[in-house]
Amino acid sequence: MQKIEAVIQPSKLDAVKDALVEIGIEGMTILEARGHGRQKGHTEFYRGREYTVDLLPKIKLEMVVPDELVEKAVQAILSSARTGKIGDGKIFVSKIDDAIRIRNDERGPSAL
Amino acid sequence: MRRYIFSLLLGLTFCCPVLVAQTPAAASTADRLTKLEAQVAQAQSSADNAWMLTSAALVLMMTGPGLALFYGGLVRKKNVLATMMQSFAMMAIISVLWALVNYSLAFGPGTSFIGGLHNAFLRGVGLTPDPDYAATIPLQTFMIYQLMFAIITPALVTGAFAERMKFSGMALFLTLWSIVVYSPMAHMVWGKGGLLNASLGGRFPTLDFAGGTVVHITSGVSALVCALYLGKRVGYPKEAMPPHSVVLSFIGACLLWVGWFGFNAGSALGSSPLATSAFVNTHFGAAAAALSWALAEWIRNGKPSALGAISGSVAGLVAITPAAGFVQPFSAIVIGLIAGAFCYFMVIKVKSWFGYDDSLDAFGVHGAGGTIGAILTGIFASSVINPIFKDPKTGAALPSGAIEGNWHQVGNQLMGVAIAWAISIVGTLILLKLVDMTVGLRVPSDDEVEGLDLTQHGEEGYDFAS
Repeated sequence: MQKIEAVIQPSKLDAVKDALVEIGIEGMTILEARGHGRQKGHTEFYRGREYTVDLLPKIKLEMVVPDELVEKAVQAILSSARTGKIGDGKIFVSKIDDAIRIRNDERGPSAL
Repeated sequence: MRRYIFSLLLGLTFCCPVLVAQTPAAASTADRLTKLEAQVAQAQSSADNAWMLTSAALVLMMTGPGLALFYGGLVRKKNVLATMMQSFAMMAIISVLWALVNYSLAFGPGTSFIGGLHNAFLRGVGLTPDPDYAATIPLQTFMIYQLMFAIITPALVTGAFAERMKFSGMALFLTLWSIVVYSPMAHMVWGKGGLLNASLGGRFPTLDFAGGTVVHITSGVSALVCALYLGKRVGYPKEAMPPHSVVLSFIGACLLWVGWFGFNAGSALGSSPLATSAFVNTHFGAAAAALSWALAEWIRNGKPSALGAISGSVAGLVAITPAAGFVQPFSAIVIGLIAGAFCYFMVIKVKSWFGYDDSLDAFGVHGAGGTIGAILTGIFASSVINPIFKDPKTGAALPSGAIEGNWHQVGNQLMGVAIAWAISIVGTLILLKLVDMTVGLRVPSDDEVEGLDLTQHGEEGYDFAS
């Protein structure tokens, strides 16, 4: 089992979710995040004071998938989230030690 | 024969009333005319009272929720409730205080500077009119209308010390302030025998239709003193403290604009053509100032902001307040255009030159706007709109403002402005010192960082997770 974390542009959420559901991944956690990589922020003006906003709105998806689906999931995210511009985001993959279903104590890949 | 004469006399006795009843026709016309005059006066009174009660409600709405939202949106999320609560506290505290003593100090008979305690506990404030103030409405209507002004004035001051003031210190300070600064100023400009009262023969008649000096200069200048005395917020100016909800401020500002029709047009104290003038001027002043602030911002920053546009409209409303029932509509547009640009300059440039933390620009908008408005009133006042000065012998209207040749009035306006500044500075300094030594003014810096909603009120403004 591996965990896929993807930080993407908020406007791409629907496309990415649809692409993942299409390859059989339906369980995921979606977080509203703020952050930046090399993307520059913007300035806002309130009553004459300038505010530089570095933290930009992002969406982070987290999902734990069986090993055989990892590469397919990564490809699905890449193709649906890419615009080609700076700020598209990043995907991280890490190993997961265990997964447990709370409802019935099920463990392992069948709990996914 | 005797019986015949008797019945004849009896018959005449019954006829006489009928004969005599022919002449009361003249008396009944007079009676009817008297009744008719009373009914006309009653109708006039009904019309005036309806508008005045409506105006009172509109002015209260300006504080709650108008100002509460306007200020609430400008502060950080952790302080939103505390900020709104300051305005609401005024609605509660000042109302009771008004009934107890402040109405009497402001509008009761007394000296040129302050009323006495004749009307304390609202004694003598009944449903019959007081012709000195408003001849066609119950005195209680006048009293309740004026109360709404007394509520919003200290509420405006809270803008200066937002995000760092103790609730207890604020409550004590503004209670005392309303007695020491507001009531005397209101008395001088609007009270019987007031030094600056233009309608009732004051020594330095200051034209202030709805409170440019009484409300805006006093609150704005006192706000500046508070900001200087209390010092800057923790982290100001390096730390970013943008408004947490310009949406709330927007709603608040629009409520202020609409409510201001009660503030200015209601100051005509009746539903007269003068109320129309004030209503019209108020609207044009707001619109013109919104444009000039937005334009100034567009030129300086490349984009007109929503916060700028609404701030501009408030600046215009402040500036037109003393002028509303004295000027022609086009003068109102000019006053608005000047006020928008001038207040923008005060907030953007002057504030950063001196470095004071007037958190919500109470001084930049109300203090500065009120001052410029009061002076421009002396320039643009027109006896065609409001013949406030009359020749004592002939009763003919005398020139009001500079545009009619009466440059002397600008001098009177400056006197009113100077007195407003003086009483605000002196009164506020003394009271700040007093409260500082007893209850305390600022919250500890840890509490300030954590936020006033939690530390002062044990609440959170928003809990979307629940």
